[in-house]
Order: sequence, then C-alpha cells, then structure tokens
Amino acid sequence: MARAPLTEAELIERYGPHLNRTPPGGWENETEVDSVVNTHCCFCGQQCGIKLKVADNAVVGFEPWYDFPFNEGKLCPKGVKRYLQGSHPDRLTTSLQRTAGGFEPIGYDAAIDRTVAEMRRIQDTYGKDAFSVVSGSSLTTEKTYLMGKFARLGLGTANVDYNGRLCMVSAAAANKKALGMDRASNSWSDIPLADVVFVAGANIAECAPITTDYIWRARDRGASLIMADPRVTPLARTADCFLGLRPGTDSALMGAILNQLVERDLLDHDFIEHHTVGFDEAVAAVADLSLSAAQEITGVPASRIEQAAELWGRAATGVLLHARGIEHHSNGVQNVLSCINLGLATGRYGKPGCGVMTITGQANGQGGREQGQKSDQLPGARDIGNPDHRAVVAEHWGVTPEDLPQAGLSYEEQFQAILDGDIRGMLMICTNPMVALPDTNMVRAALEKLEFFAVIDFFLSETGHHADLVFAGSLHEEDEGVVTTAEGRCVKINPAVTPPGEARRDWEIILDLARGLGTQRYFPYKGPRDIFEEIRRVTSGAVADYAGMTWERLEAEHGLFWPCPTVDHPGTPRLYEGPRFAHPDGKARFLPVRHQPPAEQVDAEYPLWLTTGRVISQFLSGTQTRRIGPLVDQYPEPLVELHPRLAERFGIADGDLVRVASRRGELTAPAQVVETIRPDTVFVPYHWANGKQANLLTNPVLDPVSKIPAYKVCAVRLEPAGEHRPVVDDRGTIITTGEEERA
Amino acid sequence: MSELEDFFGRSEHAGVGDRIYVLDQSRCIGCNACVQACSECETHGGRSMMHLETVDRATSTQTAPMVCMHCDDPTCAEVCPADAIKKTEDGVVQSAEKSRCIGCSNCVIACPFGVPEYVPEFDMMMKCNMCYDRTSVGSEPMCTSVCPSQALWFGTPEEFYATRQGSLSNEFQFGNRTVTTRVHTVVHEPGPLDAFLGRSSQPSVVSDPFGIDEIGLPEVAR
Repeated sequence: MARAPLTEAELIERYGPHLNRTPPGGWENETEVDSVVNTHCCFCGQQCGIKLKVADNAVVGFEPWYDFPFNEGKLCPKGVKRYLQGSHPDRLTTSLQRTAGGFEPIGYDAAIDRTVAEMRRIQDTYGKDAFSVVSGSSLTTEKTYLMGKFARLGLGTANVDYNGRLCMVSAAAANKKALGMDRASNSWSDIPLADVVFVAGANIAECAPITTDYIWRARDRGASLIMADPRVTPLARTADCFLGLRPGTDSALMGAILNQLVERDLLDHDFIEHHTVGFDEAVAAVADLSLSAAQEITGVPASRIEQAAELWGRAATGVLLHARGIEHHSNGVQNVLSCINLGLATGRYGKPGCGVMTITGQANGQGGREQGQKSDQLPGARDIGNPDHRAVVAEHWGVTPEDLPQAGLSYEEQFQAILDGDIRGMLMICTNPMVALPDTNMVRAALEKLEFFAVIDFFLSETGHHADLVFAGSLHEEDEGVVTTAEGRCVKINPAVTPPGEARRDWEIILDLARGLGTQRYFPYKGPRDIFEEIRRVTSGAVADYAGMTWERLEAEHGLFWPCPTVDHPGTPRLYEGPRFAHPDGKARFLPVRHQPPAEQVDAEYPLWLTTGRVISQFLSGTQTRRIGPLVDQYPEPLVELHPRLAERFGIADGDLVRVASRRGELTAPAQVVETIRPDTVFVPYHWANGKQANLLTNPVLDPVSKIPAYKVCAVRLEPAGEHRPVVDDRGTIITTGEEERA
Repeated sequence: MSELEDFFGRSEHAGVGDRIYVLDQSRCIGCNACVQACSECETHGGRSMMHLETVDRATSTQTAPMVCMHCDDPTCAEVCPADAIKKTEDGVVQSAEKSRCIGCSNCVIACPFGVPEYVPEFDMMMKCNMCYDRTSVGSEPMCTSVCPSQALWFGTPEEFYATRQGSLSNEFQFGNRTVTTRVHTVVHEPGPLDAFLGRSSQPSVVSDPFGIDEIGLPEVAR
C-alpha cells in the first residue's frame, strides 16, 4: 500500500517545493568561478546550448553559449534560472524509506537490497511482468538505453515504458507510417528558408521559445505565418492568418485545406506522382469537408480556411510545425497524418525551406524513445515485434531472441494494469504521474495499490510521496551523456558538479540493482561512455543509426544528426533528399484521414471544451521549476482562461475563483478573463500539484495507435466559486487561495 | 583577447563601437527571459533593470519590453543635483554612482521614458547601463543575448538592415523637445500584401481573432 505517509502539508513542509532564489552563497558571494562548462539546458527538446559557471562544486550561474549554432546564446527564462535547481534545500541527499511516521533515511546498500528483494518476491509470486519500469525522456540517451535493457534483461519484464508516451508518440507513429522513419524531417535551419510557416497546435512562444526567432527570420525574408490554435498565443498575435479552431477538430481543418489545395490546383503533381502513393484515397477521405462543413466543425470562418490554403499552396517553399496541440488526442496520429498530407500534396520534403516537423517537447524526447525504453521498440528505433530486429539486438546483447520480452504495456495502460492487479511493483525514474497523467484520482488509486513502489529522483515529487523507497539520483549537471534534440541533433551533455551526499548517478543505481538481481553480466559498464559505445554498435545499420558518432565528434561538431552510420559521415540534417523516403520503395504514403470527433463530447451537463497546456516559466510536471523562485513568481498558480462572453454568462469577474468540473474530477482556480481564447473553450495549464492539477479533469482515453492520452480536449462545466483572496507566505508562495476562509 | 573577453565569448568588437541596441516590441512574446537574465548580473543581483509591461491582457497577449534608452542628452543626468549619472564616451548612460547618488528621485520623475527606479533598499536610483561590463569589452548585453524572439537586438545598423524588416528610429518628440537616443526602435511598414485578400496581411488577428463578427458566437449548451 504505497499511500502517502504524512499529510500533504507535512510532506510539503519537509520536502518542498521550497523556493530557491539565490545562487549558492548569495549574490554577494565573491568566490572565484573555477570552471565554465559547455552543456545544454535540462528542460525542453530545443536543448539550447548554455555555459554553466561552477565554483566549489556548485553551479553558481550561467553565461550564453554564443557559439552553439542552434540558439547562439538565446535562452528562455527557464534556461536562465535552471542553475537554481542545484544546491537546493529540497535536494535529496540520502535514500529514503517510507515508515508509518513518514520518510526516514536508509543506507544506500540497504535500499538496493530491499528493492532487489521486493523485485524478486513480486516476480516470483505473480510473474515477471508484474514488476514494471517507467522511465523518462529528460534522461540522457545512455540512461534511457540502460532503462530499457535493464527492464528486459535485468528484470525480464515486458512492461517498460516512458513519459515520452505522454508527449511525442503520435508524431512518431505518423511519421513512421507515412514517411518510414520517426524523426523531424529537417533541422531547424530550414525554417528561415521557408516562404510560408504553418504552425498547428504549438504554442511556440511559450513551449519552444527559441523557435520564435527561426520563424521571424523567415518572416524577415517575407514569409507569411499561419497559426492554428484555440488561443491567440503570443506568437499567434502576429500571425498573417489565424485559425482559431475548436479543440479536437484539427484533422477536419487540415482535411478542408487539402480539399482546397485540390480544388484550386495548388498541388505538386510531379512529386505526388513519382514520390508518393495513396493520394486519391487521401483526397476521397476529405471529400465531405467542404468549406461550409469545415466551418461548422472547426468554428473557423471559411474565408480563413481559404486564406490558409492559398498561403500554404502558393508559396514556393514552406514548413509546417506541429506539437502537442494536435498530437494529444484520441485521434492524435490521424491529426499528424493530416498535416503530413498537406506537406506531401505540395511536395514539401527533401529540399531547402521545406518540411513537416513535430516540435519534440522533452529534452531527449527523440533519443529517449528510439534507444529502447519505449514499450514497443528496441535500440536504433527497431521494432520489438519484428523478428529480424529482435535477432540483431539479441545477438548484440548476448541472448537469444526468445529471451527478449515482447511489447509491454504503455505508460497509461500500466496504471490500468495496477488497478486490475496485473502489475504489483514498479520502479520509476524521471517522471511524475501525479501531475502528468490524466485523471489524477485514478493515478492516486493505482499508486496506493502497488505492493512495492521504488522511485529514483533528485527531489521528492508528488509521485514520490507514494513511494516505499526513494533513491537519491542525479541532476542533469551531475552526470554526462548525450541527448537527441527536436531537430534530430545528438548533442553532448557535460558534467559540471558531482552528486551531493549519498546521491548516486542514476546509472550507478541501475547497475547495482542488476548486480543484486544477479544479471550484472548484461551490463559491463564502467560509465556512460561504455554505454554510448554499445549504443553505437547496437544501432549500426538501424534506422536511428548512431554508429558514426563519438562523444568527441559531438563536441567538436556541435552535435550530429542521425542517421550517422560511419565516423566520416557528416550526419543527416535534412531527411528525404532526392526525394527518397524511408519506406523500401522510397515513396511516401498519403494515408486517408477521416475526421473523428473527440472521444468526449460537450453536452448540457458539461457544455464547454477544456484544453490544457503549458506556460513559459514552468516545465512539465514542475518537479524542478516549481522549486525555482523567480520562475514561480512569473506565474505562481494555475489560472482558468476564459472568454469575457463566457465569464459574463457565468457571472465570473477576472480574478474570481472558478470551479472547473469534468466527469472525473474538479479543480478550483482564479479566472483569467481574456478575449484571446475561443468563447466555447477554457484553458488550464497543467504544471501544478496538490489539487491544482489540470489533469484532475482530463480524459485518460488513448489514441489507439500511439497510446497518447487526449490531454487537449474534454468536456467540462464552470461554476463561480467566490472572490480570490490569495494568502502569500514570506517566500512569496501562495499558500491558500482563500477557499478555506469561506468554508 | 583579455581573460574577460574570453569568458564572455565574443570579442570581434573593441568596445560598444557602432553597435546599437534595437527594441522591436512587436516581436516580444512576454517570456521574461530578459528580466530573468538581467537579474543575474552581480552588480544588482536578484533585481532586474528590465521593464516588461503587459499591455492589456484582457484583450491581447501583447507585451512591451523597455530598457534605458541611453539618450544623447540624458535628462536624468541634467536634473541630477549630485552629478551621479555619467555618460561614457561611447554613449552609454551609466546608472547612478553609488558614492554620489542621494536618492532624491529627480531622475525618476524627469526621465521621459520612465526608466530609472528608486531602490529604497540601497537608497539610490538604479537603471540599465546596457551591460557596460559586457558591451565595453565587445560582448553583448545579457537581455539581447538571451531574447528568444530577438525583440531585443544588438548590432550595427548595417547588420540590422541586412537581416531584418522595418526601419530604425531613435528620435522621440516630448512636447517641444526632441530626444535622440542610442537605443533604436523599429517602425514597421505595412506588411506584405496578401495576394488572396488584396490587403495588407498585418495586422490580422487582433481585432476579431475568432471571427465572431463573421460567423457569430459558437454555441454553448445552457
């Protein structure tokens, strides 16, 4: 019973989030900086280059890294203040075990022994697959490779998955189906060469801020900007064509645009004929999406759909960028395919200024899924169900293909399996489902049902509250390895400091668990360099081929784009040149997309659409960023965005508390009344915990192919909940919203 | 190359030289990277000299950054009774000198751009000095370095016109007084003509982003 041992308030008092505002030693500290480390930001998939200033084994500040070509010194506020996660009062420096009275320190060796004993007991009693592993995509590729291999050979369980399942998998699946390969089609250097930039479901300014400059560089050359979003996000404010669509109607919008391209003959006939198959079926699938039908479904005026088709169709070059806004749906894969169809219809692949790219959200979203911690993939983006792929990996790993488990359950499915009694124990690293998974109440019930739950983390997250055992792991700046960015560029992460106290580098913990389980023979590594060298060997000849990369090359060449099969290969920034796609016949697939409405519909009881997303100052579940004072100051608590027409109808003034309820849960937060959101939609950002999770409301329905949850659309109702009277403590933290006083 | 230049990483310029600071507020995405980066400077640690205003969140996501404009004839210096505000030979108006500033706030009241702030904690005025520690040795201000949208930009006018749209302007009229500044703003011509609509494509969405005037309010069940 992994029930939290103390009250929420007691846990927060002891383990945070507390707010760190100043560098180690304070602003007046005059300790000499003794090294400056070139590395990358720990947060999003842009992976901006950054220099960390180090003094006395602590990161004390940053400097822009002007020479790193992706961002040339540019950073968002999270990157600027990222160093404040180090030397933090909440940092776990010993392993902890849960007791009746709370968490108590436990020696590292004892923690390993107890975890190994529980793994054995659960697997002996209920079978190998009853113990699962859930990992994350903020880890280096070396660690993600290790997590997958540890699950499959160390533990022998099929059930390993990762939090990229909540992020990029719809795009991954669609790219693979249509183009034969799961990677953004281009490096970002093609964006400024585009004559039209189409952004679908991506709040670029807040979620991929550095990409803003790439788009402006295109616009400085005269490019037009189309943005499709239910909200006028900061970049959308300046768009040439804004498509303010109803949540969950993306593929109808794209289908209608495809129809318009056909009707106006804005097609690349030569490209379609010679380099694609399936065009006629794709067009037939959208035949019923006339302008008026599309206006009815999407809520976007027909004139703007025409304008978008003209801008996209007539330009000589164009890129389409998409992200979670179209991907987080029960038809997320179909939405991405509908975008790819627009790219294929206009021949926008394999040449300068052209491409259809997903903007990967997590630091190592790309590397994290392609090197073997995804439930259905083996290293090199190989398919776990493909006998040839299994044989290659098994040989490298010194086992028979029969020793490799088959595909396991995805992240969300694992939580359902806990409730069903099929999964009894779990090892988790680098993810916080109590904030990040949909339907928080269901997640809590599942965690409470686990017989044994071990977590590796550097702070005690809200999920860690439910752990039986917590290993103090490593921060980004305490270890080294590589990550693969949104561009498909593999870059080197360099260590700046060593882990404090009894904290260990994450891979050391995994190797010690394998030793305890008697499976150490599969993991003959002295460190991440050995793991990387194995990745090079294992991925040789695979789709995601890293064989030609070395840590030294990655540093010297500012990263390399896979595939990079040999040490003299320059890497592949732009895919599909020729054009030649990654399917055996070299052709891309148009896939028919019939628009499917969202799994949950609005009705009289829940009459409004809810969509969720991020704010610039927080990252994902906030385990790190809710502990960094200057970032918390910027946007301290979730606000419920709604249009003044809705606010008027429900008698809600800006700043009033509003209760948002769905079929799964409810949340009370202050209203932000703005004209920048559709009048039938409310928006809540999702980074917070302890009753402030937007995911209390969201729908855990999954896309049937990608298994991504439908975070971006569900049905809710609104009720006014009184005036907002925030109470702020001396750290500037909002400790109550005043609800208690009224109760 | 001095050790400092090496540390900051850019040294092709001897000093501030002919580089100018450019504010293009239309590009601002309100991310606060400039504010957060400014607060990292050890000379005013934890405190930002950047101003970043949200124009009217109820109707728009427009935000507006503001720095010291570094006037050619700085009013703040003119009205300072303690002669605490100096302008460097290369045109950067320094923040108040700690030893001279008497905290009278004359400059705060007089600045036509509303930039200097009186800081009670130190009983003195503080403002942006265009990161003189960085710019005087050839590097860039911290805010322009980090700005993700390059709404804040630093370089020569030639570089600007070679890569960016809009015209630079550094002349501001306050009543009868014309103020010229080291910092330039960007004046935008009407945007590229949209061939399909037959009108300028800028600005497009601010007035009616969801087309309510065109197709009415979306239905919401009662």
